[in-house]
Amino acid sequence: MASYLVRRLIGVIPVLFMVSLMVFALTQLAPGDPVSMLVSDEASPEDRQKIVEAWGLDRPAPVQYLSFLKNAVLGDFGSSFRYREPVMDLVLARLPASIELAVYATLLAVIIGIPLGVLSAARPNSLLDNAGSLVGFFGVSMPNFWFGILLILVFAGVFNVLPSGGREPWGMDLPSITGFLTIDALIQGRFDVLWTALRHLALPAIVLGTSMTGIIMQLTRATVAEALREDYVMTARAKGLSERLVLWRHAFRNALVAVVTIIGLEFGALISGAIIVETVFSWPGIGMLLIQSITFRDYPLIVGLVLIYTTLFVLVNVAIDILYTIIDPRIRMK
Amino acid sequence: MTETAPSPLISLRDLQVTFGLIPEPVVKSFDLDIARGEVVALVGESGSGKSVTAKSIMRLVEFSGARIASGEAWLYDNHGGRTDLFRLNQNEMRSIRGSRISMIFQDPMTSLNPVLTIGFQLREAVLRHATMSKADADRICLEALRQVRISEPEQRLKQYPHELSGGMRQRVMIAMALALKPDLLIADEPTTALDVTVQAEILALLKTIQRETGMSVLFITHDMGVVAEIADRVVVMLRGDRVETGDVRTIFEAPTHDYTRALLAAAPKLGAGADAAPAFEPVTDDAPVLEVDSLVVRYPVRKGLLQRVAANVHAVEDVSFKVHRRETLAIVGESGCGKSTTAKALMNLIEPTSGAIRLHGRDIASLTAAQMMAARADIQMIFQDPYASLNPRMTVEQIIAEPLEIHQRGDAASRRAQVTELIERVGLPIAAAKRYPHNFSGGQRQRICIARALALRPSVIIADEPVSALDVSIQAQILALIEEIQRDFDVGILFISHDMAVVEKVSDRIAVMHLGEIVEIGPRDAVLRDPRHAYTRQLLDAVPVAHPALRKARQMEARAMMSPIRPLGADHPTSPMREVSHQHFVRADA
Repeated sequence: MASYLVRRLIGVIPVLFMVSLMVFALTQLAPGDPVSMLVSDEASPEDRQKIVEAWGLDRPAPVQYLSFLKNAVLGDFGSSFRYREPVMDLVLARLPASIELAVYATLLAVIIGIPLGVLSAARPNSLLDNAGSLVGFFGVSMPNFWFGILLILVFAGVFNVLPSGGREPWGMDLPSITGFLTIDALIQGRFDVLWTALRHLALPAIVLGTSMTGIIMQLTRATVAEALREDYVMTARAKGLSERLVLWRHAFRNALVAVVTIIGLEFGALISGAIIVETVFSWPGIGMLLIQSITFRDYPLIVGLVLIYTTLFVLVNVAIDILYTIIDPRIRMK
Repeated sequence: MTETAPSPLISLRDLQVTFGLIPEPVVKSFDLDIARGEVVALVGESGSGKSVTAKSIMRLVEFSGARIASGEAWLYDNHGGRTDLFRLNQNEMRSIRGSRISMIFQDPMTSLNPVLTIGFQLREAVLRHATMSKADADRICLEALRQVRISEPEQRLKQYPHELSGGMRQRVMIAMALALKPDLLIADEPTTALDVTVQAEILALLKTIQRETGMSVLFITHDMGVVAEIADRVVVMLRGDRVETGDVRTIFEAPTHDYTRALLAAAPKLGAGADAAPAFEPVTDDAPVLEVDSLVVRYPVRKGLLQRVAANVHAVEDVSFKVHRRETLAIVGESGCGKSTTAKALMNLIEPTSGAIRLHGRDIASLTAAQMMAARADIQMIFQDPYASLNPRMTVEQIIAEPLEIHQRGDAASRRAQVTELIERVGLPIAAAKRYPHNFSGGQRQRICIARALALRPSVIIADEPVSALDVSIQAQILALIEEIQRDFDVGILFISHDMAVVEKVSDRIAVMHLGEIVEIGPRDAVLRDPRHAYTRQLLDAVPVAHPALRKARQMEARAMMSPIRPLGADHPTSPMREVSHQHFVRADA
């Protein structure tokens, strides 16, 4: 197991290398340049030239990439053109907001999607199954931005019960420990902050979790229905077990591998898919940062963000692989 | 007709079962009586309704979309009272399932939950019906595992199903069913999916436990050989109807119904075909069409951070044989003995570690890609499972014509003519050409597979367990067809099987494989009548008897699984082959 982990983590390195190369190449190929985006129109050509030199953009592209690589290996991903701060500081400051949102969205999807899927599989064509299918269909086909705006209109506009955006109002004044607002609030016993944070999380998490709920529900239904046709389910019934135990302990346990796989894939997609939701809800996460960095051709920030996305995605997949071995004893890490 | 035994345990009256909206019942007004301590065999081919009947008694049939349309199932208790199982609701039924009536199923590989430990699954069955501590439940589980003669029962409780062999798993299933000492055990084809030697062990075990506990057994099977081994009384079922019933001796000695006679005739009997000379002489004097010389196939077992090779699986070790035109060489052995790996190496699907495979005298390893393509036409295969080896989206005509297309033989018209000829040759109606595989039964599908294998007029056909997925009555027909086509098409056949009785019917020579090695090879009669290797004798001994009077005391201990995994650098301890009679060779360790 340990050796498996080490190998998987070492395997991330070439992936990150390839991704950085591709992103770097793409930024070079894309039209527009950071100087015209970030420097005032009134700046003189000499001043512009100075900035170009300061950012190192006058060097040939391969030289720029190699120098990026050399620094990156040492943990220095350069400084953002726009914010003039180290890229990693910027990214790490906003990463917890994105992860927190993705976690709550996933929790929501799991809590609703799995029971709905399992119970639908147990009673095909029942009212619950049909209602579940509708929810699933709705979840999968709903465009995020539309649903987000709709919820803002209804809950923040018409009823005015939830905030329309942002992560916390100004002046909450809570020292950051983990960066995850809800956890920080819990640790420090600040239940007022916790409540506010959850209220801010509610709408974006619902929007982000809806499509995942649909997918998890449908996949759970299909795999549990399949497991219910297996011989060991017949064995379980022949022992005289109740249908509840047959369903959850025998059928669902076996469907879990597929369900966990999709949760993992979806969670990875959520972190990057949150870009739209973060924009709609002005959520201060890395999704919004990415949109801004692209708009301003902030090359170091773009590369840094994409590398963070890649790393997160790979880490989630490694975590899923480890979960497999816990769920299914037949799967061994090699 | 049905004499009620002194102390009845269960009486099934007028059972009718229907599926979905189909009005025609799959089981029609069926009666069945089982007395206390009696072993009743319910016999019939696939689809005769015997499994449905058993699952109706358990009321499990309702979970697969069937309905018990009418009937009564009286279960008698010890105090003279009786309950109609069909009048109970599922909740009341659950307290009977697993405690008074238990069931074991055909395939032990799929009947245990793969993600739960053996101990958990056993304990769960016990705790469902009895209120006790976990430790007490474990004690009962251990006792049950000892009863089914499982080695190291304490260890087994912690293991998962995939860590046990098929025979071990069926023992666990039996232990689970017996843990609460049921009055009736329903065994639904419990040995069909097992190797013959394991089948013999499991049958012996069931017989012993039945005698020890005095429980009743309803034993469902399609194999009269198994019936001869175990049953007191036999009920023969055909298309949902009971056609004959009687005690086991009467059924074997004086069957009254034609169908019973057909079942008896189809049962694989060792010694039945031995007197008959082969229908034709194999051509053995000219050069062999296929020659295998010291074939070795090893798979590496990798471990550690750098995935270094830590050991080797010695799948095939120093295997040599020849197949001539018109000759059938049978390779016999149990699961994991290396027979299928040998076939794969012959088909060039895996690369041998060493050794040579010569087709018409030419080493296939030396062939260029184009030559290999041509060679592939010359060696064709028939697979075990006719349900899985035909593409469901192709018509029979397309399936049979495909090899001709791949090898660009003839034009479309001539291919069609050839396909028609082949379809007729394997005994299918011409109309079959336009149909899809799902329209055909298992036996018919295997005929399609045979036609496909013949399309390129190969000189060698590898038949990998071609009849083991078929009912016994169908087996005989397919075996006869294979013999016919061998004569007509002049092919050499490598027939891979685990069943000595089947091998006896078709083979000219027999090679017995064990742990990757050929331990004995020789002419059929020499090997069957004068087996020299202990393992050959074991295989022969495991074949079910042909008549209940011939029952013998068998060993019921599970043999330890021998592993073909060996440390690096270990050369297989192959001892030389010794010729004991003309062309009859035995491994010297015998």
